[in-house]
Amino acid sequence: MSRPSTEAQYLASLIPPSVAATGIGRRSLLRGALAGAGFLGASGLLAACGSGGSSGSTGATPQAASGTLTFGSNQSDAVPKQAYAELVTGFNDPNIKVTTNTVDHNTFQENINTYLQGQPDDVFTWFAGYRMKFFASQGLVGDVSDVWQNLNGMPDPVKAASTGDDGKQYFVPFDNYPWAIFYRPSVFQQRGYQPPKTLDELVTLSTQMQKDGLVPIAFADKDGWPAMGTFDQLNLRINGYDFHVSLMAGKEAWDSDKVKKVFDTWNRLLPFHQPASLGRTWQEAAQSLQQKKAGMYVLGMFVGQQFTKGADQDDLDFFAFPEVDSAIGTSAVEAPIDGFMMAANPKNEAAAKKFLGYLGTPAAEGIYVKSDPTVIAVNTGADTAGYSKLQKKAVEFVGGAKQISQFLDRDTRPDFASTVMIPALQQFIKSPNDIDGLTKSIESQKKSIFTS
Amino acid sequence: MTAQPTAAPRPDTGPGDGPRTPVSARKNRVRRLSGGDLVVVTLMTVIPTLFVLVLVWFPAIASVLLSFTNWNGIGPLNQIKGIGFTNYVNVATNYPPFWPALRHNLTFLAVLFLIATPIGMFLAVLLDKEMRFSRFYQTAIYLPVVLSLALVGFIWQLIYSRDQGLLNAVLHTQVDWYGDPNYNLWAALVATSWRHIGYIMLLYLAGLKAVDASLREAAAIDGASEVQTFFRVVFPVMRPINVIVLVVTVIESLRAFDLVWVINKGRNGLELIATLVTANVVGEASRIGFGSAMATIMLLISSVFVAVYVSIVMREERQK
Repeated sequence: MSRPSTEAQYLASLIPPSVAATGIGRRSLLRGALAGAGFLGASGLLAACGSGGSSGSTGATPQAASGTLTFGSNQSDAVPKQAYAELVTGFNDPNIKVTTNTVDHNTFQENINTYLQGQPDDVFTWFAGYRMKFFASQGLVGDVSDVWQNLNGMPDPVKAASTGDDGKQYFVPFDNYPWAIFYRPSVFQQRGYQPPKTLDELVTLSTQMQKDGLVPIAFADKDGWPAMGTFDQLNLRINGYDFHVSLMAGKEAWDSDKVKKVFDTWNRLLPFHQPASLGRTWQEAAQSLQQKKAGMYVLGMFVGQQFTKGADQDDLDFFAFPEVDSAIGTSAVEAPIDGFMMAANPKNEAAAKKFLGYLGTPAAEGIYVKSDPTVIAVNTGADTAGYSKLQKKAVEFVGGAKQISQFLDRDTRPDFASTVMIPALQQFIKSPNDIDGLTKSIESQKKSIFTS
Repeated sequence: MTAQPTAAPRPDTGPGDGPRTPVSARKNRVRRLSGGDLVVVTLMTVIPTLFVLVLVWFPAIASVLLSFTNWNGIGPLNQIKGIGFTNYVNVATNYPPFWPALRHNLTFLAVLFLIATPIGMFLAVLLDKEMRFSRFYQTAIYLPVVLSLALVGFIWQLIYSRDQGLLNAVLHTQVDWYGDPNYNLWAALVATSWRHIGYIMLLYLAGLKAVDASLREAAAIDGASEVQTFFRVVFPVMRPINVIVLVVTVIESLRAFDLVWVINKGRNGLELIATLVTANVVGEASRIGFGSAMATIMLLISSVFVAVYVSIVMREERQK
């Protein structure tokens, strides 16, 4: 565009050509505005109709997978987004064109209900556990059991976590990461600490750390969910995996002695937790571990994201949450699985299933895991040669687990987890001595939610 | 304000003053609307009415209706089951964050009404005195209003931060202003008031400028002091503005949401009705019925204030 040389020319350039061409009057402008408003209203209605009705092309199951396929991704951060792009490139099927729609991670999660009831992408990212089963039982996601017939190398606990209440599979697992107690080996070596095997040893070690001027257990719960991890660890050690599952399914009473024991034990450990946790994010707590101000941290392996790659990340290790009851042991591991689901009425079912089959292969998982050293591939056939020390240990740890739990907010109803458990656990952290009142309140809220 | 345009002399009132043809055309138009005009006028009333119905009344009534159901946001509308007042009973007796939230909303109202609004009015009175640099003060005090509450939250984060914050550095304390449930409500209130004061100041200043100067002169001649003049003469004259300021304060305290949501999503000492509604309705939780019940309670509370406002305005209209 050339610059205007005079002021008049400049002012004239401000008028859009369409306006300049027609000598416009007040009347016609008004009419135009009204027509515009009417049009806006109408298009809004049209959009509403479009999102309400689902596409009718469901019965047509083409023999050969071809055509276009849409892939809904919640990996909005730069590094995983790039890894997903490589993942799609790696699919490399000349007949199928995959279009990826990336949505911000939190937005995707918050809008999942409307997303699934509108026109979801053929294949999209989601989580295993109750969060998957819930949508499966509502008929909002597609059955992928025939994809599973061709999936090799998936461990049984992983398959169980991908199976809906009706025994069919609705989920293709991709990667996971364990929850455990993370620490820096250099600190333990320097001070002569040993990873504790039992709860009493944990208390002894914590007392020693306090004497040495360290915060024994880093802790943060501003976001509301990290405390769920500690609750799960204690519950799995005190009451075991089966109790965890039925408690999360609403079949056990929250004011039972078993649950009270979990809170009691936690209360015993609370003086060793970093204070003022309700105003701290997990990233800040992880940094206090990274800066060697805190000795241990109960978190998922994503804690490694706060450590720089290389030597810093190599000086990060973990051990299983110590045994509380020898009859229960430490065989249950919490390792949330991320993966993929298929829309209930995909526009291109054959291609979607072919793509899902590819996503479950060790090769596909390998592409992604390479980009994020804080997760591991779920497929046992995955090539672990490029793994970091931490990843190798995680593979061993998760592989040795007899049972795998997901996470409190993935194993129970989302409404219960977010509107009851987050305030309840924060309440416990604030006033840890009123366990009877707290558990009674949780139980009565649970009843109102699970029976509605 | 509305009196002025009608009082202005109309060019077409005197017959034969102007050129003949436009006048007769205009008169014609006043008497009978042409077909095209009728369409335009009809559209101009119907479309805004539709917008109000669709965008305001429909969602409001739908929320009230949904509050008597257990809808979880999934499935066709004909599967929604009515459960009577169960949601309301649960909100009141079986949802620990509710009563603190209501209390916090009332605290917001009390602090804004008793502290922030009077300060804003006081600043307006001072600035009305045409002191030196008054334009500068005006701008400085009004500046926070331009910022969104979300941004205000971030700005105050820099002051309140536990480890790097200005406040702790000055006071040599280690208080977690946003995280400690004993302090965070007050910290949020200071941040909200900071913005609210500027808003009230501007509203009130506009009202003060409109007060007839002769009233003050008359009061001064009668020997009234500055304070007496304000409370006995200016304040009563400004009744309409006072009502608006009151309503704005109530609305601001009821819709206080953004700031608290930015701080910690309205948990841990910062519960407000609006954040609880959001936490229940938006997102995966999808307790639409339950959240709607709380939204309805909020609607009822606001309706009380709206009713008060409307009745005052109506009474004034009648007095005129």
